[in-house]
Amino acid sequence: MDFGDSLEESQFRLRLRVWLVDNNPGLPTSSTDDEYWAGMAAWHRQLYDAGFFGMSWPTDIGGQGLSSVHEVIVDEELAAAGAPPRPSLGYLVQGILEHGSDDIKRGFLPGIVNGRDRWCQGFSEPDAGSDLASLRTRADLDGEDYVISGQKIWTSYSDEAEWCLVLARTDQDAAMHRGISAFAVPMRQPGIQQRPLKMINGVTKEFGEVHFDGARVAARHMIGAPGEGWSLAMTVVSHEREPGELGYVARYSKLVNDLSRRVRQDPGAFSAEQVRELGWAIVEVEMLRRHVQRRLSDRLNGISHGPEGSVDKLLMTSVEQAVGHAALAIGGIAHGGGDDTWLNAYLYSRAQSVMGGTSQIQRNLVARRILGLPAS
Amino acid sequence: MDVRLSQEQQALRDSAAQVVDRLAPRAVGQIGDAARMATLDAAVAASGWWELRTAVDGGDSLASGVEPAVVAEELGRGLADTPFLGPTLAAELRRLAGAAPGDVTETVALDPALSSLARAFDGTSPAAVAIDARGSAQALLLVPDGECHRLARVELPAAPGGLDLTRPSVVLDPSSDVVLVDEPAGPITADDLARWTALGLALTCADLVGIMRGAVDLASAYATERRQYGAAIGSFQAVQHMLADAFVAMEGSRSITLHAAWAVDALAAPEALTAATLAKAYCARAATSVCETAIQVHGGIGNTWECLAHVYLRRSLLSSDVLGNAGASLMHVLVHHDLEAADGLR
Ligand SMILES: Cc1cc2nc3c(=O)[nH]c(=O)nc-3n(C[C@H](O)[C@H](O)[C@H](O)COP(=O)(O)OP(=O)(O)OC[C@H]3O[C@@H](n4cnc5c(N)ncnc54)[C@H](O)[C@@H]3O)c2cc1C
Repeated sequence: MDFGDSLEESQFRLRLRVWLVDNNPGLPTSSTDDEYWAGMAAWHRQLYDAGFFGMSWPTDIGGQGLSSVHEVIVDEELAAAGAPPRPSLGYLVQGILEHGSDDIKRGFLPGIVNGRDRWCQGFSEPDAGSDLASLRTRADLDGEDYVISGQKIWTSYSDEAEWCLVLARTDQDAAMHRGISAFAVPMRQPGIQQRPLKMINGVTKEFGEVHFDGARVAARHMIGAPGEGWSLAMTVVSHEREPGELGYVARYSKLVNDLSRRVRQDPGAFSAEQVRELGWAIVEVEMLRRHVQRRLSDRLNGISHGPEGSVDKLLMTSVEQAVGHAALAIGGIAHGGGDDTWLNAYLYSRAQSVMGGTSQIQRNLVARRILGLPAS
Repeated sequence: MDVRLSQEQQALRDSAAQVVDRLAPRAVGQIGDAARMATLDAAVAASGWWELRTAVDGGDSLASGVEPAVVAEELGRGLADTPFLGPTLAAELRRLAGAAPGDVTETVALDPALSSLARAFDGTSPAAVAIDARGSAQALLLVPDGECHRLARVELPAAPGGLDLTRPSVVLDPSSDVVLVDEPAGPITADDLARWTALGLALTCADLVGIMRGAVDLASAYATERRQYGAAIGSFQAVQHMLADAFVAMEGSRSITLHAAWAVDALAAPEALTAATLAKAYCARAATSVCETAIQVHGGIGNTWECLAHVYLRRSLLSSDVLGNAGASLMHVLVHHDLEAADGLR
């Protein structure tokens, strides 16, 4: 057991550190500003072109084919440099890798990995949130195409995306989750209208709603077999719950580093209670860092898509929200006008216990699938 | 970087788990059973776990911090009422001082709050408590010597007791003499003490992780068995969510503890100590709440002496306090990060 770098890992770390000196785009504090989201696409391509993205993905889709622990190194160095986190696309890649045909993988994954094609994820609907299997969007075969109608909501990056991974019902008679299939649907077409939604922190780039009214998708762009949509969705969400897949350790480390600097710059301006709030956030971030190292090391035995993702998600949520509380305690609220960065970081942290399956749903899964407690 | 346990470490964990499952108490009534405890002690003696931190040629320790942490976790999980923390920390002190190995009936004496190793100033025993002292004849402590410390020992009265039913403490007799440990024992430097403290914190964290696992297992089993309203109480979402949170807190604790245990030898002493205090702050806070959950899930029975839930809680309260509880550990983290509030308060 070794938390230290191998020779190869330390050389990689050094190369990244040197590269970051000249290539940090200096975007505003994560997730609190539309400018951050707007700059993310360029950052993605910059990382990719330099060979610092998709470290553990196969080389034939544009990944680096290295061990999963390289992702940890990327996160640590991005945080240390105060650079933005890596784009969070791993769950999409894992879902398509696991369920897509060779044609689908070859056709779509390189564009996702290199940042040329931007994607969004159309799972949730107004009446199907936690209870995703009750979704009603339908896809009906018409010649070589499926025709899609229905509504998706909370679709992250719907305004920027060229493609949407849509879950739709292809068999109206099959039991709830059996009749669902997954498609790669082109977003720029007449049958699709999308509208950004404004989050509680004012950001408008995070998510939107998408209406499908006779949108068309080639039948060959179904991902997996007919009826395989549910199991694909479960693969995707199990990884969407993993901080190692999302790269969020970098985001949290950057926030606590910024807050710590603030306290050091202004000694005497903070009460012991405020400083302790920050101390707990530091402890939580450290825990997550070690947890991600442990989980990515476990992947050296082979990748799994199991219920452990729910444990990770709950840990990640407690960290994000502890950091949010520290942001509020130390950054404070600009009552007299001025910089709202920290307030917005706090407000954004509330979404973490909802997105990717709420904390209540994760607890249900841990209780049933891991602890083996009986069904209610 | 590869933080999976090695094959040897997995084998160590498995054999510790076997000993615990065979010989640790499974009910409150079995605690204090002399015959069972003697068999357990003999199994631990035969395993060599007490010697993990003794010196090999050149003064390095036989095993890294990870191996004793692996053992400590299993002992905590099973509420093993056999000395381990005390003898291991005593062996580590002797190793750091370059002293001859003691015997396994030796433990360490801490100040009455258990927050640091006890210090004697005038040749008689200070107000101090020897931890994990069942069967211990003597405890190690420090005598200040300029910038450093000397290693000393004090004989223990035979009256173990205290909060943890599985690892009794002994209050030192103030009239006992404190005797320096014989040559070749050298000085204990500030770095030695930091490393020793890092090991102690990592082992108490590992014990807390084991306690949390054991408490969650105990409560989950009860929740599956116990029926109310015609259904197992474990089918009620309120109960499920408490147990899920407890399990998640245990997993986070385990991740941060693994790093602290690795850091004991792998990082410079101040960094090892900080890694350990980060872990202790997290684990101590988590363990109290997990053990409280175990009591709550048991309802009325959980508040009786006969239920093992409070044995977990008691053991966790001792491990939390040893070498610094959650609050003290958080203070260390703030100092390390150079974070100070108004008036220098933290
Ligand atoms: C920032 C953000 C980004 C998102 N991005 C996407 C995206 O890109 N694509 C996408 O498809 N979706 C996305 N979502 C949607 C997200 O997955 C859903 O919001 C989430 O699954 C919850 O569904 P809901 O909003 O309908 O809430 P509901 O399901 O209505 O839940 C409301 C409350 O009831 C509780 N509840 C519901 N069912 C249970 C139960 N069985 N037991 C206990 N409590 C229960 C919930 O925990 C919650 O507190 C995003 C959400 C957010 C906040």
